[in-house]
Amino acid sequence: MARRIGVFVCHCGVNIAGVVDVEKVAEELRKYPGVAFATTYQYMCSDPGQNLIRQKIEEENLDAVVIAACSPSMHEETFRNVCKDYFNPQRCEMANIREQCSWVHEKEEATEKAIKIVKATVEKLKGNEDLTPIYVPVEKKCLVIGGGIAGIQAALDIADAGYEVILVEKEPSIGGRMAQLSETFPTLDCSQCILTPKMVAVSRHPKIKLMAYSEVIDISGYVGNFDVKILKKPRYVDEDACTVCGDCEKVCPVIVPNEFDMEKKPRKAIFIPFPQAVPSTYTIDREACLGLAPLTCAECREACEANAINYDMQPKIVEEKVGAIIVATGYDLYDKSNLVEYGYGEDDDIITSLEFERMLSASGPTGGNIIKPSTGETPKKVVFVQCAGSRDKQHMPYCSSICCMYTAKHALLYKHHVPDGEAYVFYIDIRATGKDYEEFINNVMEEERINYIRGKVAKIFREGDKIVVWGVDTLTGKKVEIKADLVVLAMAIVGRKETKEIAQLLKVATGVGGFLKESHPKLKPVEALSRGIYFAGCAQAPKDIPATVAQASAAASKVLALFAKDKLEKDPMVAVVDEEHCSGCGVCISVCPYGAMQRQPNGKAKCIEALCEGCGTCAAACPSNNIEMRNYRDEQIEKMIEVII
Amino acid sequence: MKKKIAMYWGAGCGGCDVSLLGIHEKLLELLDDIEIVFWPCATDFKYEDLEKMPDKSIDIAFYNGAIRTSENEEIAKLLRKKSKILVAYGSCAIEGCIIGLANLYDKEEIFRAVYLENETTPNKEKIVPKEKAGELELPEFLPHLKVLSNVVKVDAVIPGCPPPKPVLIEALEALLSGKTQFGKSVALCDECPRRDTKPDKIEIDRFYRWHEKQDDGKCFLAQGIICMGPATLAGCGGECIAANIPCTGCMGPPPKVRNQGAAMLSAIASLLGEMDEEREKEVIESIQDMVGTFYKYTTAKLLPKGRVKDEG
Ligand SMILES: Cc1cc2nc3c(=O)[nH]c(=O)nc-3n(C[C@H](O)[C@H](O)[C@H](O)COP(=O)(O)OP(=O)(O)OC[C@H]3O[C@@H](n4cnc5c(N)ncnc54)[C@H](O)[C@@H]3O)c2cc1C
Ligand code: SF4
Ligand code: SF4
Ligand code: SF4
Ligand code: SF4
Ligand code: SF4
Repeated sequence: MARRIGVFVCHCGVNIAGVVDVEKVAEELRKYPGVAFATTYQYMCSDPGQNLIRQKIEEENLDAVVIAACSPSMHEETFRNVCKDYFNPQRCEMANIREQCSWVHEKEEATEKAIKIVKATVEKLKGNEDLTPIYVPVEKKCLVIGGGIAGIQAALDIADAGYEVILVEKEPSIGGRMAQLSETFPTLDCSQCILTPKMVAVSRHPKIKLMAYSEVIDISGYVGNFDVKILKKPRYVDEDACTVCGDCEKVCPVIVPNEFDMEKKPRKAIFIPFPQAVPSTYTIDREACLGLAPLTCAECREACEANAINYDMQPKIVEEKVGAIIVATGYDLYDKSNLVEYGYGEDDDIITSLEFERMLSASGPTGGNIIKPSTGETPKKVVFVQCAGSRDKQHMPYCSSICCMYTAKHALLYKHHVPDGEAYVFYIDIRATGKDYEEFINNVMEEERINYIRGKVAKIFREGDKIVVWGVDTLTGKKVEIKADLVVLAMAIVGRKETKEIAQLLKVATGVGGFLKESHPKLKPVEALSRGIYFAGCAQAPKDIPATVAQASAAASKVLALFAKDKLEKDPMVAVVDEEHCSGCGVCISVCPYGAMQRQPNGKAKCIEALCEGCGTCAAACPSNNIEMRNYRDEQIEKMIEVII
Repeated sequence: MKKKIAMYWGAGCGGCDVSLLGIHEKLLELLDDIEIVFWPCATDFKYEDLEKMPDKSIDIAFYNGAIRTSENEEIAKLLRKKSKILVAYGSCAIEGCIIGLANLYDKEEIFRAVYLENETTPNKEKIVPKEKAGELELPEFLPHLKVLSNVVKVDAVIPGCPPPKPVLIEALEALLSGKTQFGKSVALCDECPRRDTKPDKIEIDRFYRWHEKQDDGKCFLAQGIICMGPATLAGCGGECIAANIPCTGCMGPPPKVRNQGAAMLSAIASLLGEMDEEREKEVIESIQDMVGTFYKYTTAKLLPKGRVKDEG
């Protein structure tokens, strides 16, 4: 127990001293039991300020200090680092007389309160125990969930740095949405062409274990030490043996729609989603195939010269230990059947933006031709509707961020395909904040003579062979009616339902739209609240490819920083459960925002110290009053209250 | 030598007296070791008998019921004087129990509600009991309900409303062998028959009253039905839950909790799912009878001087 406490009162320029009589605070504290020394200084956090602490600890033989200054979230670390050379850092406490005092009170009142705050802190300090940091070992292997461009980039970055990566993708191929796109704004380079090399790099990288057609089914543990279970779904085709000759596909009698082409193109029961797929192999769709039990067809097996087909393949569960996890599960489009006012988008000639992307793609359902799906003719009048389901309290309240840009791209590509066609774009605002984006939009508007109409579409319905679009031009105040051949809805971007499932496994939160919730919207945009879990790409929020790639590299760099040390050092200010008195009611387990409270096999709660951030939520919630925060014990708090009132 | 035992019924429902019979054949076993020297409810003893006993001549005195009248208080003091060990028996004696909710009101309000406004009490003459009526003198109805420990030193407690069988048996055996510390030291969930049905994360979107929801057999709290189990001392074995009724907290709080209601309220508030403030308020306000739910048994102990009247 302290012993010989030194009190250092900071002026913080005029921030504190302008209101609080700092000399009086020092004088009062000098008389307080346990305080051996007290002084004031201009800026405690400055170099000379820190040296003053050192000097006085030595001269006055102090064994603990209270720095009365700003918030501990500002400088606790600074001052504890100073003290570390002399005694346990827990013997250094900060009394916040700035944010909680001088900034919010007047003169005398402020001085009086400052004295109380410092005295209370001295009392807390007297009850502090010496604690040593917690060390956690780190398994230097990273799990990346989702093989879109986000997951691919993150995996490559980490693997290039020399660490092992397990990349799990639920679909037969990696690539994600980017593989479905035609050309990309603002440069109009072919999406596949820039993506394919990265996909191949993943499949060849010695440090990346690619597990496509697989799903993460269980995750336990904590930063540095996650145990994951991955279910490898049977493809019924040996990935390594398949030569992608396509003989099987030719003989397969079952035809179903291809998901990759937004179900607008047929495929067989044995299929490869798109020619550049990675891993490069065929897959049997177990729902559609007639060859799996009961075996009524074996055409493909007979046709396959490589002997790659095996109807008896079983699902496999692979267990891995990893130190970090990146969630890059991407996005979906908001379901157009939610849009009552747009006829639920049920009409063949009302399509979504992703369907239009596939239409534009040379390998897509129409071979790159733009058609009116109901007739197959070239549409002469096309209406693009932005913000379909976005920025709308009835649907998704947020801006999907990329629709303005890709709609401009769509209109432009349409004009390139059908130069004599007319294109209309309904928009609320144009948001083109990226590099060269404004120029791109201007070019589309002016050079391509596309009719941009500012206003919301009120109704879309069929009339004969036309789709009628009713809207209001808010710039002229006039009603607009367009009889179009084709309508393209720029649907809102939403988190995938799988993201929610993964979030539940990881005990991290999702917010509006089903996007993962980051730890801090500005300063920690790629980190989950729980340590060791990071986010990349559209799983976190709607964004374009450059932003996705940047965020993926950011997540990778966080993982690399984690892997740079063999052990993780952690603040020992954690929650402690008194096991004897724990009823296992589960309240703490339910409320811990960091997933640090976990149930033990005996039913009682236990704090995983590596995960605990010392927030105290559990301690306040425990109905048995059975959780104590280290160095914030009830007796300490009671003493503090006593001094204050 | 047989232990001399006394049992007194203060302000309470009488359930505690009956609970002693509820231990069935165990009682017969115990009778070999004890001699009942005072039990007005069961045997014909008068107060004079008690007064005549030498001080500390009773080995163990059980006091059940709360202290509502001057008579209750007098006997409590007398029993204290005459016995070696004084035990607060049941929730009323320990923390005031349901009748302790009366401390939310003053004497006048209580009398008005009971004698004048209660529709099932015909009282055309509007008679309200008085302490003195001619010759007759009645004990005083105290301004507030007190618990036993407000009046005298208490050596041991047997919680419950009334003390459930397993609690009682353990307590009696312990007391007869000279111990005053007994019982569990965890909350009810620990021994609850539904404990293993608790999900990893309890998240409450709205509260249901017990009759409003088809019970799925899982932990009540996880179903959004308020169960006081997490903030209630174990020992009963989860009698109520075994009968598909959520715990109302009759055993009082677990050892480290001073305020059972506050402990449960803060737990419950933390378990609310994600919702905006408005909805949060709506959900909290949907709880019927806050005090009766969270402070059913402990109001009197926490409010020995009654309620602080709202200003203005
Ligand atoms: C119509 C349209 C046009 C666009 N045009 C452009 C453009 O021109 N330029 C541009 O910069 N951006 C464009 N974008 C945006 C671009 O598509 C995204 O920025 C990018 O695809 C995001 O990549 P991602 O990896 O985050 O997500 P995704 O591409 O969605 O990848 C996520 C991957 O994770 C997998 N996955 C999901 N859940 C799991 C799970 N539980 N387990 C394993 N795997 C899982 C998915 O199968 C998928 O492969 C466009 C978007 C749309 C809708
Ligand atoms: S076995 Fe299945 S995949 Fe193969 S040809 Fe027959 S239906 Fe197609
Ligand atoms: S203090 Fe409690 S609630 Fe907060 S992180 Fe630690 S265990 Fe979780
Ligand atoms: S809240 Fe308290 S009693 Fe309940 S499980 Fe957690 S530590 Fe145990
Ligand atoms: S909250 Fe109630 S029902 Fe649930 S485990 Fe605890 S005592 Fe049992
Ligand atoms: S379950 Fe609760 S209310 Fe019922 S006997 Fe036990 S403690 Fe009392």
